[in-house]
Amino acid sequence: MELIYKPWAWYVAGPIIVFVLFMLVKLGRNLGMSSNLNTMCTLAGAGKLTDHFKTDWRASSWGLILILGVFLGGVIAFNFLQVEAPQIHPDSVESLQNLGFTSVSQSFFPQEIYSLDALLTFKGFAVILLAGFLVGFGARYAGGCTSGHAISGLSNLQLPSLIAVIGFFIGGLVMVHVLIPLIF
Amino acid sequence: MKNYISFLVLGVLFGITLIKSEAASWFRIFEMFQFKSFHMYGIIGSAVILGAIVTAVLKKQNTFSGNPIVIKSKNKGFKNYLFGGIIFGLGWALGGACPGPMYALLGSGLVSILVLLFGAVLGAFVFGLVKNKMPF
Repeated sequence: MELIYKPWAWYVAGPIIVFVLFMLVKLGRNLGMSSNLNTMCTLAGAGKLTDHFKTDWRASSWGLILILGVFLGGVIAFNFLQVEAPQIHPDSVESLQNLGFTSVSQSFFPQEIYSLDALLTFKGFAVILLAGFLVGFGARYAGGCTSGHAISGLSNLQLPSLIAVIGFFIGGLVMVHVLIPLIF
Repeated sequence: MKNYISFLVLGVLFGITLIKSEAASWFRIFEMFQFKSFHMYGIIGSAVILGAIVTAVLKKQNTFSGNPIVIKSKNKGFKNYLFGGIIFGLGWALGGACPGPMYALLGSGLVSILVLLFGAVLGAFVFGLVKNKMPF
């Protein structure tokens, strides 16, 4: 039981993710998280505006059940499995402290971005909305996110997935090394 | 119906794993893009290596307990994967969450995550509107 409460090691998480991927393929589906964003648009009636969303959401309803499960998994983890502040590398702690992120090593979420106080400022709200927007737009433009490209796509040796993952890294490196120091 | 319960259970397992392994942590993503820890690379790398073995075996079998196995290939393209990937990466590092973790983080009850997820749905929606104008 003690082991479940501690942060899980990479060699535990990686194989569990593959187990999920394996079971989904067995059930006739492919692992992917961002396609559900499209399904939500369809459900909200976006099909009236463009054919892109004129799909039968029932065919994708399995994905909505899957992400309902992911959400419930989050509820279980946060409420019952002792989620603690990630203890990241001292160098990263130092660079974050220099940027004013004093919640590093103290909180699971960076309070400077995700606290209610931060959300209720114009800048804070804009940062969160923009982050979400870029993730949603980028994932659908690239046809997949970390699960669909970095994990199931690369596992299936797909060149497009490798290109997408290289893109993920270009974007991530620019954000962490160039833009975050400018924004915060 | 039985399948739906399977999807739900698999989702729960995936969600708990994303939180407890800290793959859904903003700080871990920051650290990853600073190349300061093996943790995230270990998660993704071990998943890819094991996943490649599993995928290769499944593809050879063609069927699994009577059900046909379909592992979709990605469409051809370059610009959409690269540009889409870069846009995604910018958001991933800024918000510290990709779509899977977003659903799991919602389980914390933080209102901010609802805004983040709303932004993601909005992004997917706007992409649907401008899709025909984007380079592929």
